[in-house]
Amino acid sequence: MAKIVIDEERCKGCELCLAACPKHILVMSENFNKKGYHPAKQINPEECTGCAFCAMTCPDVAIEVFK
Amino acid sequence: MKKVFGRPESLTEVPFTYCPGCHHGIAHRLVAEVLDEFKVRENTIGVCPVGCSVFAYLFFNVDMICAAHGRAPATATGIKRVKPDSIVFTYQGDGDLASIGTAEIVHAANRGENITVIFINNAIYGMTGGQMAPTTLVGQVTQTSPYGRDPKTMGYPIKMAEMLSTLKRAAYISRVALNKPANIIKAKKSIKKAFQVQLDKKGFSMVEILSTCPTNWGLSPIEASKWLEENMIPYFPLGEFRTPEEVA
Ligand SMILES: Cc1ncc(C[n+]2csc(CCOP(=O)(O)OP(=O)(O)O)c2C)c(N)n1
Ligand code: SF4
Ligand code: SF4
Ligand code: SF4
Ligand SMILES: [Mg+2]
Repeated sequence: MAKIVIDEERCKGCELCLAACPKHILVMSENFNKKGYHPAKQINPEECTGCAFCAMTCPDVAIEVFK
Repeated sequence: MKKVFGRPESLTEVPFTYCPGCHHGIAHRLVAEVLDEFKVRENTIGVCPVGCSVFAYLFFNVDMICAAHGRAPATATGIKRVKPDSIVFTYQGDGDLASIGTAEIVHAANRGENITVIFINNAIYGMTGGQMAPTTLVGQVTQTSPYGRDPKTMGYPIKMAEMLSTLKRAAYISRVALNKPANIIKAKKSIKKAFQVQLDKKGFSMVEILSTCPTNWGLSPIEASKWLEENMIPYFPLGEFRTPEEVA
């Protein structure tokens, strides 16, 4: 069991976490955050392994990982 | 469930002012994690440069000083010499370290000052809008090399890590990259080694970090990471160029 939490307001929509996720379960949300960016969001959370590659790659330290 | 990855204590809560996808943020996080792991946050003094990371004093949760452009190694020298038990690091871009501040970095390394230098090589002057840096690649188009860098009139990109490794008093010099998780993990290990060298009072340490500037490269963050891998790493090889065992 693993879980990530994305701080949508810190996210700048750079998409680097999408490219880093080996499970391809991160996508961009259609909503905007207060800064005007589309934040990243997770789909199929049950597939998340907690590898933290997304969090490691996020330049804005917007992702927390729980295991 | 337990938190296995979160914001390090050595970063403040202030959101970074960097552009989307800029690797400066990853570099900040790695340095902060290392300071946390060594439990030296309250005994650390950082020196910011002039460049996009001039605001690093807002982001690192440690005592910070801003040096004049390129002079961070000289400022850090003074701090470390009067406070030898503090952990002292500089954080500098390539315009800052390899251009206007060339004299300061060369002599700090040559004297073997017991400081750690975090050197962000993004092959460009980011803050001022994308002018050519000493590290700009041959053929790379910038605001001041609109036809691409021509070595005949502009010289070749300077390999700072290799150049400083010729100095006998430099204790640890490496080059890492932040373009993918595997390299980010290696980068953290290298930053940790550099601070360990300082903790052991073995002398000067520097980690050159190949980083992206998506904005001034005119690429998306994902394309920029790919450009780094395909163009920067072949010219600026990754690895350790000097380790404490070699210090005279
Ligand atoms: C004495 C002086 N000369 C020139 C400048 C203008 N200037 C500000 S930042 C900068 C270069 C920044 O590039 P770099 O060090 O590579 O940092 P980056 O923004 O790419 O991280 C220059 C030339 C200045 N602030 N002070
Ligand atoms: S922790 Fe790993 S598997 Fe889970 S979303 Fe992040 S990168 Fe993907
Ligand atoms: S890497 Fe971070 S800032 Fe970029 S899209 Fe993902 S969560 Fe947002
Ligand atoms: S201009 Fe370049 S180096 Fe500066 S914050 Fe933006 S992407 Fe980063
Ligand atoms: Mg630069």
